Amino acid sequence: MTAFDRVKIARDPKRPHLKEFIKHVCSDFVELHGDRIVSDDRALVGGFGVIDGIKCLVLGHNKGSSVEENMEANFGMATPDGYRKAMRLAKLAEKFHVPVVTFVDTPGAYPGREAEERGQAEAIAKSLEVFSRLATPVVVVVTGEGGSGGALAIAVGDKVLMLENAIYSVISPEGCAGILWRDGSKAPEAAKALKITAKDLLRLKAIDEIVKEPEGGAQKDHAAAAAFVKKAVVKALKELSGKSVEKLLEERYAKIRSMGNFFPAAK
Amino acid sequence: MAWFEPKTEKTSIPPTKALWAVCPKCNSHFEKSVWKQNSGICPKCNYHGRLSARERIAQIADKGTFAEVFREVTYSDHLSFKDATGAYKDKVEATIAKCGENESIVMGTCRIDGHEVMLGVMDFSFMGGSLGTGTGERIARACEQAIAEKRPLVLFSASGGARMHEGILSLMQMSKTSAAIACVKEAGLPYISVLTDPTTGGVSASYAMLGDINITEPRSLIGFAGRRVIENTIRQKLPADFQSAEYLEKHGFIDKIVERSELKGFIAKMLGFWGF
Repeated sequence: MTAFDRVKIARDPKRPHLKEFIKHVCSDFVELHGDRIVSDDRALVGGFGVIDGIKCLVLGHNKGSSVEENMEANFGMATPDGYRKAMRLAKLAEKFHVPVVTFVDTPGAYPGREAEERGQAEAIAKSLEVFSRLATPVVVVVTGEGGSGGALAIAVGDKVLMLENAIYSVISPEGCAGILWRDGSKAPEAAKALKITAKDLLRLKAIDEIVKEPEGGAQKDHAAAAAFVKKAVVKALKELSGKSVEKLLEERYAKIRSMGNFFPAAK
Repeated sequence: MAWFEPKTEKTSIPPTKALWAVCPKCNSHFEKSVWKQNSGICPKCNYHGRLSARERIAQIADKGTFAEVFREVTYSDHLSFKDATGAYKDKVEATIAKCGENESIVMGTCRIDGHEVMLGVMDFSFMGGSLGTGTGERIARACEQAIAEKRPLVLFSASGGARMHEGILSLMQMSKTSAAIACVKEAGLPYISVLTDPTTGGVSASYAMLGDINITEPRSLIGFAGRRVIENTIRQKLPADFQSAEYLEKHGFIDKIVERSELKGFIAKMLGFWGF
């Protein structure tokens, strides 16, 4: 299977999205709305829920399976309002030392006029800062498209899991092909060169673990895919639950800090 | 009769670029020496043009105080990346040979009007100032050294965003630098971010927007997504001042727009306010 085949699977509208994962993974879920500033971004949804008896905050990009759902969720492309809602809820979870589980599936942060006016760059930056120091366990699951900064904004955590057919990239293959190949149709070449599959990311130590999908991919069997995700998330949450906040933050920093350090120590 | 006289040889015109500096904002032409004497600022529209990292350091650091660090950290071609126009390694080596820097940020300790700081300056001529693993590593090391030596951190950004030739690990430099900046703040040290023309994409969406204060120069371009990407998405024309320093200030994301001639004094003054 080529990298671009994975891109197609990761974007398959029949794949399970946040709604399906919540349905199959959480025994209870209460959505909470709004960033307390301007709006309730439907592209990024959050609320408190229970996963295998563990109370946690669930956050995720909200991609739809139909055109109507996608229009409402803006195809999972969050505005600053969405990231600010995520930070608000994350700080609330931190207050009660409730762990956070995020589901990442977005083509990228929304590129629009209002998004820029309300500080898309600042919102993503702040989110990276907040999640890197959040004093409660954070487990991340990349379920579909991990689209650049818009994905990373809710993908900084203690354990980063990634579905077998998910992709995660600094730029979309089409965007990269448009710039470096000057031809968007060279996306398959770009996808290969960028190394965006779960296996590539594990090798590069950008993620911690690959979550298996059912035969033929998660889109074939939502319940089975969600069961694999649930098992991996619960295992990660249990591993993290015994750690002191100090140790948790120290290890999280060390992990983030080590990424891409191929260089000799200072002289 | 002139019209059937043989054509005379055209006098050779010197290439315009050799003589003239053209303001990219207002398109006015000036003699290069005029542009340079004016510190790279357009005499007509006050656009604060791009400086190399070394030119910037010369303007900001007290004379003779800049001591460069982390030159052992440079780019990494861990993907053996190749595109239609060739290998990343060849491109970046050519850049190093041409501009003399070996990463997109130059880092060092120095004094600014007597205030001891850790200073980092990005160079847009190095791969479009892109954020690579080496850039991120230099920033993280700078944050740690700043904490160890109790130095305020001052970073000048100039970047198109993450360096895609280094794949996912270039994206991860956004979280790495943001985490390191968070530690600088937790240590009670100031971080002044100067977003210079242009600061966009993954750099604006990480350390550049995280300053205790974010400042910029007149008419700089600052934003997340590119103008064309946005126009193609929303299918409408954007205002002329979209993503300009003035526009960012109006919308509340910039503390102050500072003229180049006043930048050094302004940074020193702010550090003084905070007792550093």
